[in-house]
Amino acid sequence: MARSRVFAAALLLVSAATLAGCSSGPTAAVSSSHAPQTVTVTLLTHDSFAVDKRLLTTFEKQSGITVDIQSVGDAGQLVSSAVLAAGAPSGDVLFGVDNSLAPKAVAAQVFSPYASPNLHNLVAPLQANTFGGVLTPVDYGDVCVVVDKTWFAAHHAVPPSTLSDLTKPAFANLLVVEDPALSSPGTAFLYATIARYGSAWKQYWTRLRNNGVQVANSWTQAYSGDFTAGGGKGSRPLVVSYGTDAAADIVYASNPKPSTPRVAVMHDGCYRQIEYAGVLRGTAHPAAAGKVVDWLTSQSFQAGVPMAMFVYPARSGVALPSVFTKWAPQATHPLQLPPATVAANETSWLSDWGSVMGRA
Amino acid sequence: MTVLDEPVRTTAAPPARSKRKVRWSAAALLFLVAFLLVPLLAVVAKSFNASSLAILTQSATWRTVFLAALQGCVSTALTLLVALPVTGVLARFRVRGGGVVKALVTVPFVLPTVVIGLAVQQLLPVRWNSGFGAVVFAHVLLNMAVVVWLVGTLWEQLDPRLDMVAASLGAGPFVRFRTTTVPQLRPALFAAAALVFAYTTTSLGVVLVLGTTSTPTLELDIFRRTGILVDLSGASVVALLQLLLVGTVLGGAAYLQSRTSQQVLRRTAAPAKPRPRGAQRVGVAVVVSVTLLIVLAPLAALLVRSLRDNGSWTTSWWSGLSSLDRGTTRLASPIAALSVSARTAVLAAVMAVSVGATLAIGAIRSRSGRVIAAAGLLPLAVSAATLGLGTLLVFGRPPLDLRSTGLLVSVAHALVAVPVVLGAMVPALRSVDTRLQRVAAGLGARPVRAFITAYGTVLIRAGAAAAALAFAISLGEFGAASFLGRSGTPTLPVQIGRLLNRPGEASVGTAAALAIVLAVATAGVVLIVEQLMRVRRR
Repeated sequence: MARSRVFAAALLLVSAATLAGCSSGPTAAVSSSHAPQTVTVTLLTHDSFAVDKRLLTTFEKQSGITVDIQSVGDAGQLVSSAVLAAGAPSGDVLFGVDNSLAPKAVAAQVFSPYASPNLHNLVAPLQANTFGGVLTPVDYGDVCVVVDKTWFAAHHAVPPSTLSDLTKPAFANLLVVEDPALSSPGTAFLYATIARYGSAWKQYWTRLRNNGVQVANSWTQAYSGDFTAGGGKGSRPLVVSYGTDAAADIVYASNPKPSTPRVAVMHDGCYRQIEYAGVLRGTAHPAAAGKVVDWLTSQSFQAGVPMAMFVYPARSGVALPSVFTKWAPQATHPLQLPPATVAANETSWLSDWGSVMGRA
Repeated sequence: MTVLDEPVRTTAAPPARSKRKVRWSAAALLFLVAFLLVPLLAVVAKSFNASSLAILTQSATWRTVFLAALQGCVSTALTLLVALPVTGVLARFRVRGGGVVKALVTVPFVLPTVVIGLAVQQLLPVRWNSGFGAVVFAHVLLNMAVVVWLVGTLWEQLDPRLDMVAASLGAGPFVRFRTTTVPQLRPALFAAAALVFAYTTTSLGVVLVLGTTSTPTLELDIFRRTGILVDLSGASVVALLQLLLVGTVLGGAAYLQSRTSQQVLRRTAAPAKPRPRGAQRVGVAVVVSVTLLIVLAPLAALLVRSLRDNGSWTTSWWSGLSSLDRGTTRLASPIAALSVSARTAVLAAVMAVSVGATLAIGAIRSRSGRVIAAAGLLPLAVSAATLGLGTLLVFGRPPLDLRSTGLLVSVAHALVAVPVVLGAMVPALRSVDTRLQRVAAGLGARPVRAFITAYGTVLIRAGAAAAALAFAISLGEFGAASFLGRSGTPTLPVQIGRLLNRPGEASVGTAAALAIVLAVATAGVVLIVEQLMRVRRR
């Protein structure tokens, strides 16, 4: 029948496309016994991943591994897609899962065990953070309250220095935070308050609410809309953002670069985020995928991490650019919650937070 | 029986049904099933857990549904109110610079929604730059183009003589509009309203930048579940709920559209639209200026943003457009990004118009036309985040890895464009007098020849408009395709999105400059197509 012919043709098309996809696909690496072994490894990562192209080319030449970088939305979407494809992944290695998301990915058996020889080169507190031998820390950063120094100077006011300061009348209506249910810096800030105040965290947020804290749907809304130093018309000189914002403020300023940044970081109440890489379970190239994890933690890659992604290298003894040492020192006493505690309580915390803030 | 002895009907005739057309529609439907429903259902099948059904009993879910529907209704009504005057002016009169006006109205529709959010945020006073009003304002701005294109395409075809007859019988302008124009435009009005409602109730980018608790959407809830909670089962349930609710609205609109269709009195080939005269000139001038003010103000805000640095003027972001982050995998040069975007968009437009036109023909010619028309609108009801995850799940890993073919992003863009293509083509095709085809057949033309004789002109006109729109939509698309990004060659919208996610004056400034580049490129495409159409008409 004519109708079945159409379906047959469609099927043919689909299979032809499949063939085309497979023959040139990154996972169908061709190796011949004569040529030097080459393999393509697909690196799944988030939109904030960046690396100097020369570092990438050098690695590819030295290792014989071609790295196909695929970015899959933001960190949460990256992990969601990996969880869905657990065991039969769309790549070989994943970078960009953080300490809040890692328990979910690990529980879904997204990763294969892999112990990088670089582990013992990492800064001491990170060496043991492998989630049972499947993840390798690559970088870390802090989510903090960021202060518009210019605003406080113009108003002859002293910026807050602790989490509890934020609930004082002097700072009423000055802080904007992101909704922890929608934005990962918002989530990190909520965890910072839970780490600090324990079971009394809801009272702390009630005080924040009474002190006029504003809640934004996204980092972009908070920073470029509500924050006074984000280039918009905002009226709030305190925003929950990243600990390296002061460095970014200089690096991403017009030439000549200013000698001091407009923003500073409140060092109390910072939440530490660690980003990991792991070999995906089900990869056809586990050895080469492991080599990519080693590269991500190698001296040369790690040296480029601060300027490429505005986070601190996980490897110890890696020199930081002066703009970081000068303006964006890491928090000395960052707050953290055990990943398992986060995984167990996250949903109820978020809904409790919604009730406290009248956003349920 | 001859072909002409049938009485003239005012409602749409189910015309000469052809099995051939049904089969082509089946192939087009297969495309939708394969790239839309299969990915969605794959996510559901992979993650569904019955405990997530509790979401359906939570009051928060239904509060979201209610508020999203309310916001969608307000946005849709205001969009029609703001966009219809200019649609009529451009359709009825030969306005100097009309093509430019149409191109400018199109620009916000195809810019990434996050960019429109940013533009509105910069434009409105700080008191009003977030919340219900800000979201609705952004939605009106975004969707005016839907009305101008969908309703305008049909409006242009109306024979002005009917209006003249009514006038000579003493009917005032409003009575004429209500009794002669609106009834003929009804199918296009339903199509446009349904599209705008679907866009605004499933809004994400705008809500993330301008929204508050008063403007939740189900898509925002899905974003929360996939982006923060990794609650994929819950996301599936909400995605299915959204598909059901928005799908029902779209189906209802498709039904109303087919019920109200009638053959319009078509303007005869020759003399083109009149120039406005006398009092008309004032009316036209007012409508055009108000429209331009609404459309240009946010674009001007973007332009200003691209020239501001910490309170003073600068050209740094423009002069440094190709050097920011040079040498990293994050950003490519704007020219490279534009060429990637253009290549993707050509493929997407070809696919969207092939699928959309096939469905449109099927919709007016087959017994199951309404189902086909509704199916073509379905991409609007499918959650972009879920579709992105599903596409990667089904077509992004062995044994069926299509990522390296470079087609997958175009397919994702084409899906987004199909409803617009359908919306532009169905009302126009329905307006064709079906007896033309029978006459042609009666005179001995073979079926295809007879079809082309009757529908050819309209197909080419509406098809070209649809292709231009599909191309422009793809240029600015930043939804499901953000899951399929290659780091080395990001499209312009992906670059803009990446810039808006980090601090520093250069980030926002460069993002605004890139948005202007995208706006100019879009306006250029629309102008070129309009120009080509004018040449054809002569």
